[in-house]
Amino acid sequence: MRTHQQFEEDLALYALNELTGSELQEFEQHIETCASCRREVQALRSDLGRLALSTAGPRPPARSKDRLLRAIAAEPRGAANRATQTTPRRGLSWALVPTVIALGLLFAVGYLLDANGRLHDQLATMGRLYQNTTTQLAQAQERLHLLSAPDAMQVALGPQSQQRMPHATAIYSPSMKRCMLMASNLAPLPPGKMYELWLIPMEGAPMPAGMFKPDQRGNAMMMDHPMPEGVLAKAFAVTVEDATGAEKPTMPIVMSGQGL
Amino acid sequence: MDKSPGTRTEAGDDMRLVARVRAGDQQALSELYDRYSGVVYGVALRILQDTGTAEDILQDVFLQLWRRPDVFDSSRGSLTAWLAVIARHRSIDRLRRRRPETDIEDCVIAGGDDPRDETERALVIEKVRVVMNEMGAEQRTAMEMAFFQGLTHTEIAEKTGQPLGTIKTRIRSGLQLLRARLAT
Repeated sequence: MRTHQQFEEDLALYALNELTGSELQEFEQHIETCASCRREVQALRSDLGRLALSTAGPRPPARSKDRLLRAIAAEPRGAANRATQTTPRRGLSWALVPTVIALGLLFAVGYLLDANGRLHDQLATMGRLYQNTTTQLAQAQERLHLLSAPDAMQVALGPQSQQRMPHATAIYSPSMKRCMLMASNLAPLPPGKMYELWLIPMEGAPMPAGMFKPDQRGNAMMMDHPMPEGVLAKAFAVTVEDATGAEKPTMPIVMSGQGL
Repeated sequence: MDKSPGTRTEAGDDMRLVARVRAGDQQALSELYDRYSGVVYGVALRILQDTGTAEDILQDVFLQLWRRPDVFDSSRGSLTAWLAVIARHRSIDRLRRRRPETDIEDCVIAGGDDPRDETERALVIEKVRVVMNEMGAEQRTAMEMAFFQGLTHTEIAEKTGQPLGTIKTRIRSGLQLLRARLAT
């Protein structure tokens, strides 16, 4: 994740339209929420406009203006047409019919060009939104892949003097009826044994919440274990059980933690 | 800069002209063209070094203003700066032979006063040139390479043999210096 200071370094690049790809997307996401960067980009663009003034040189040839005026005359916009067009209801000569039809077609073309331009802009906006969503989805998938990758390395950090103690994090959602667990520094198990996670409910006996086995480095991960509906957890505990599972926890408790 | 009423042909005139363009008034666009075509053409010509292509950019920028006058309002800042930045970005797109990437809707400029007549504009131009000349040659070159040649900061660093961080700093501080000096 880039810091505000790192984004600040790219302010001029963005104002100069030089950011591309993921850098551009990240920057645009940042300035959506960072008012100071947004203000500075606008100020830098204003500076660029001032810099542009140093270029004042020859005037454009007169034909350029004629060309522009011809082009806009061929592209009257709907608002202008409605404001200026008055159609006589009586005394319309049949000789004017082709002219009226031609004008009608011209207005229709102008309207279609305008509508086309707007649709194009909407499409571009939708495209940017789609790109942002796709990027976020790809990032979420990458994180999930990282968690479940067979070669993923998990390193627990702590004070050097501290003895390596078993540690686990359980994540449980009553509404989703799902439980997962990540553990490290687990002691190796005797043959035929597994660790078992227990949910200690607010009322009643402990309930099995999944079994897991550590790898050679003592790490274990239990993904997406289904749970019964409507159980509120008071605490979680881990015991060592037969690999076939147990009806109730066998002492001693290896690890335990209170729910919040 | 003298801002007394006597030096301005019409205060807020640009916004009135843009409002008229919004209503489909071709004469209003013609007046805006008379006022700002020099800046737009100057930027395009400096970047593209070709009168024909610069004329195409000039045409393109004013046609955009005609087709989408709604995207410019007073909250978008100075019209001169806005047109100049759009012209610069479109010219660089053309220089790199890439599809126009500049969405005029996305180009928001910080507020600032526009020079309203030729005298005031000439004073601003002179001031910009003075500030540019006061900068060290390396900073000026870096800014010109970025703005007028459309080189990325990395390309400038490679060309000049300077560290990327130095180039970034030179360009940003150069623009900020311009801002500070023109504000006085």
